[in-house]
Amino acid sequence: MASLDRVARSFLLTEIVSGFLLTLKYMFKPKVTVNYPYEKGPLGPRFRGEHALRRYPNGEERCIACKLCEAICPAQAITIEAEPRDDGSRRTTRYDIDMTKCIYCGFCQEACPVDAIVEGPNFEFSTETREELMYNKDKLLANGDRWEGEIAGNLHADAAYR
Amino acid sequence: MYDVVLDFLQHHWLGQGIVILLQCLAVTVPLLVAVAYMTYVDRKVWGSIQLRRGPNVVGPFGLLQPFADGLKLMLKETIVPSSANGILFLIAPIITFLTALIAWAVVPFSDGWVIANINVGILYLFAISSLGVYGVIIAGWASNSKYAFLGALRSAAQMVSYEVSIGFVLITVLLCVGSLNLNQVVLAQAGGFWHWYFLPLLPMFVIYFVSALAETNRTPFDLPMSEAELVQGFQTEYSSMPFALFFLGEYANMILLSALGSVLFLGGWMAPLPFLPSHAGWGVLWFALKIAFLLFVFSWTKGTLPRYRYDQLMRLGWKVFLPVSLFWVVLTAAVLQFGGWVPKG
Repeated sequence: MASLDRVARSFLLTEIVSGFLLTLKYMFKPKVTVNYPYEKGPLGPRFRGEHALRRYPNGEERCIACKLCEAICPAQAITIEAEPRDDGSRRTTRYDIDMTKCIYCGFCQEACPVDAIVEGPNFEFSTETREELMYNKDKLLANGDRWEGEIAGNLHADAAYR
Repeated sequence: MYDVVLDFLQHHWLGQGIVILLQCLAVTVPLLVAVAYMTYVDRKVWGSIQLRRGPNVVGPFGLLQPFADGLKLMLKETIVPSSANGILFLIAPIITFLTALIAWAVVPFSDGWVIANINVGILYLFAISSLGVYGVIIAGWASNSKYAFLGALRSAAQMVSYEVSIGFVLITVLLCVGSLNLNQVVLAQAGGFWHWYFLPLLPMFVIYFVSALAETNRTPFDLPMSEAELVQGFQTEYSSMPFALFFLGEYANMILLSALGSVLFLGGWMAPLPFLPSHAGWGVLWFALKIAFLLFVFSWTKGTLPRYRYDQLMRLGWKVFLPVSLFWVVLTAAVLQFGGWVPKG
């Protein structure tokens, strides 16, 4: 009897038919895809995206050229040159990040004593040429100015856990 | 004036040539558009089954995606591998494409709407679909690549194996109709969907459909191009227009087998209910709807079933379908003979 049952099942394709019905049911379920360019998924405050150099509220740049980020960078993506400014404070004359080397580990922002270099929430900075990914100080400061609101909010949200 | 033009078109050799050319265009242009949109439907159906959206960016609902893809393929460079046999390499996709197109000459789109209403329509279709294997074999051999060659071998073996059971399915239908003319096959199924052959010949319809999947190298029988093992099978070395021709030929073949399936089992251009109109344009509509349904099942299958192993594929073809379809031919013949239903052909 069991073998008859088995034969009947295999000839009537019951399993295949039930599989087809299952996929048909799935066809009418709501899609789970995030419709990316038009809608985006949520980002946590610790998200490590595009780098930015921040400024103090009075417009003074935070970076003091301690080179801790350069030292800790495992990909050696950061290059810093520094000398005293006219007013005697120590500042960078060059702050480059090779975004094609960067592995987005976030060590630079962990190392920074003054919260100057941070990885912001922006992850949409693809370019058409490789050269555009060699960020210099101007680009990083501009990023800081552009994303300061989000960055400050994220730092504040995460501060309680540090 | 009108009479002169009509006379020219009907009796002058040039006029007749123009008429035939226009008929061919009237079939191939909608067919190629249908092929383009079949790729779109495929992607949308698989997307839906996997809870994805499918193409939705190019044009409203992504409806222009097939044309964007086609344009992209046309703009690419045609690469002929240095170790390939150049001429055969380029002829192979043309063979596949042409055999998929010329088969449409005998398909009736509506009552009498057929380019060549020949009396051996089914035999012609069967012969042409067998020729399609040559495109695949030549492609695999001319590419001079291991993947392409193995893919072509698999593909050829599989197409030949399943053509046998398709042949028996055709014979069963022929026994019921008593004619090899496709228009006669449709006319024999007149009068509502309960007169269509898919009901009395349901097992044969299933065998036909599964064999059609194998013929067109679609999942669950897409071993010739199983990505994990053979890259893209016999298409591995192809790019640009030759690839596009293969692609078009493959989908045109799929549509052709769906069309043949709806002629043989779903009453062709007949309306599903007897009081609905099925003349002229209406016939085309019903025919298109039936083809669309079968094509949807093609995509649905791809979204549902995993790939067969090669020995399973061969076992199914030779040890299950062949005996079952042979048995059903004998059974149908016996029922027709002893039930007194032998058609007078």
